[in-house]
Amino acid sequence: MNERIFESKIYVLGDNIDTDQIIPACYLNLVPTIEEEYAKLGSYALCGLPETYPPFVAENQNKTDYGIIVAGRNFGCGSSREHAPIALGAAGVRAVVAESFARIFFRNVIATGELFPIEAEKRLCDILITGETIRLDLDSYELTRLSDGSVFSLKNLGAAAPVIAAGGLFAYARETGMIPTRQ
Amino acid sequence: MKTDELNMTKNRQMTLTEKILARAAGVAAVRPDDNVWVKADILLTHDVCGPGTIGVFEREFGRDARVWSRDGVVIIPDHYIFTADEKAHRNVDTLREFVRNQELPYYYDPGTPSYRGVCHVALPQEGHVRPGEVIFGTDSHTCTHGALGAFATGIGNTDAGFVMGTGRLLLKVPPTLRFLLEGDLPDGVMAKDIILRIIGDIGVDGANYCAMEFSGSTIDKLSIEERMTICNMAIEAGAKNGIMAADAKAEEYVRRRTLRSYTPVTGDANADVAGEHRYAAGNLVPCVAGPHLPSNYMPAADCNDVTIDRVYIGSCTGGKLTDFMAAARLLAGRKVTVDTFLVPATAEVARGLETETIAGKPLKTIFAEAGCLDPAPPSCAACLGGPTDTFGRTSGSETVVSTTNRNFIGRMGSKQSSIYLASPLTAAASAVRGRITDPREFI
Ligand code: SF4
Repeated sequence: MNERIFESKIYVLGDNIDTDQIIPACYLNLVPTIEEEYAKLGSYALCGLPETYPPFVAENQNKTDYGIIVAGRNFGCGSSREHAPIALGAAGVRAVVAESFARIFFRNVIATGELFPIEAEKRLCDILITGETIRLDLDSYELTRLSDGSVFSLKNLGAAAPVIAAGGLFAYARETGMIPTRQ
Repeated sequence: MKTDELNMTKNRQMTLTEKILARAAGVAAVRPDDNVWVKADILLTHDVCGPGTIGVFEREFGRDARVWSRDGVVIIPDHYIFTADEKAHRNVDTLREFVRNQELPYYYDPGTPSYRGVCHVALPQEGHVRPGEVIFGTDSHTCTHGALGAFATGIGNTDAGFVMGTGRLLLKVPPTLRFLLEGDLPDGVMAKDIILRIIGDIGVDGANYCAMEFSGSTIDKLSIEERMTICNMAIEAGAKNGIMAADAKAEEYVRRRTLRSYTPVTGDANADVAGEHRYAAGNLVPCVAGPHLPSNYMPAADCNDVTIDRVYIGSCTGGKLTDFMAAARLLAGRKVTVDTFLVPATAEVARGLETETIAGKPLKTIFAEAGCLDPAPPSCAACLGGPTDTFGRTSGSETVVSTTNRNFIGRMGSKQSSIYLASPLTAAASAVRGRITDPREFI
């Protein structure tokens, strides 16, 4: 994931979006390291949300129109299923901008390198609306709402930055000599 | 580092969690937020995350790679066992093939006498949990094993694939939140009521990134299984791990189940902690967590008007032998008025339903006479919904009182159903009345 500036429509969620809502347990029989099943996981991303939400992925599609998710506190709480960040990544989500993240989800996002987990300075889920287009700039740590140009600042990635920059846990471990480089 | 700084680090007072991590990282001391490479003693995985973990391991280390330690990898299929789902069967086959190729001694195969059931109850029962050790598991409730004085935490497939190959993982040292509980629990109040109260107080992210350390005379008096109920739900407050110092009771439990040697760790009493919460056990009451968050704490007595459709007793939280003993004590000589599902966590618990007795009657007979459904074979079953043919899975707008650990929307199958988390005693009392009931009405 080298690209650090991107524009996308956003999908806005509240607090405590748990991994059962991101990918319900009945789809955990899919194995993320099998290519077709990885793609299939994308089609089920966020299908566990209450019916009051608009569909995140259209019927018979594997990809979403919303490349960025904006959420409240404790995004990704619950189980350690890596199917959750993978379902979002497979659906084409590039980043989640949340007020805060649950620990294992945050770890899994970084280890897999599937997407960027970004914390915002403000509670953006109360300000932004599903369907709006934003620009996310991970060099300046800013999020811009394109309709009116308003800019919101984001927190930098802190201790996780080197692992994310390397492209995930394995890449980081190879870079730092923890495990041998691949032939 | 200057000499005085080095000495400060060396002499640093550390919590139990910090001490275990320092030893596993091979350094004199760690402090919260340090990033350290930690050595694993055990890597636990199951049928839902095992195939993906193996996929990562083989992709990154090569198809001929060997696991870092044959004794260290423990595979306990438990989630989707009694289902016609073909992919679920394929996933167990993937585990079998891997175990055969790698010649792993600790695999508990479905459909054979070695099958055990829910991994977090089976892991300690089979002697794989030892005080002072480091346990990683591809399941968020791996934090259960802190009840025996281990550092235990849940990780994803990629991290687990890494541990499988190297026996190490990069960890951020968590700050510790201390929970001190003093005094005797009143009749009718169980470990589940303690942890639901704590989560109600601090919230579902109240311990995010932290270690939750539980101590005090209340904890000392709890059985090992009751201690596990508390550590099991540390993740429901966002914690990295839950932990309790191993005492003589813990040592005795471990010694009965393994010959492997281990060196326990003791925390320093005056180590710095990020926060301290004190509870007088005498003030705790039977409670529930209402839909759809484990932090929706309510005393059971305040929910008398909630009528229910079913009761579910099972899972790593509430499907242990002591859980069924508690439920049976209340149900003996009474009748349930709603469908009551019983799922023993493991084969050992299932055997206990037949061998343990109350007033000379086996638990199984007590449940049958009370009108409960026949117990299902051990597994996770409807704790996490699962394939549509899963025992006890909700399919409509059922209201359930459940001894499990999560009441998220759709967790037990249907998005329309409402789940109230409760202790086995509260669950049993509610099964009798058909509405949420404080078990003290019967005691
Ligand atoms: S019993 Fe429930 S919480 Fe425990 S491991 Fe199984 S699915 Fe997870």
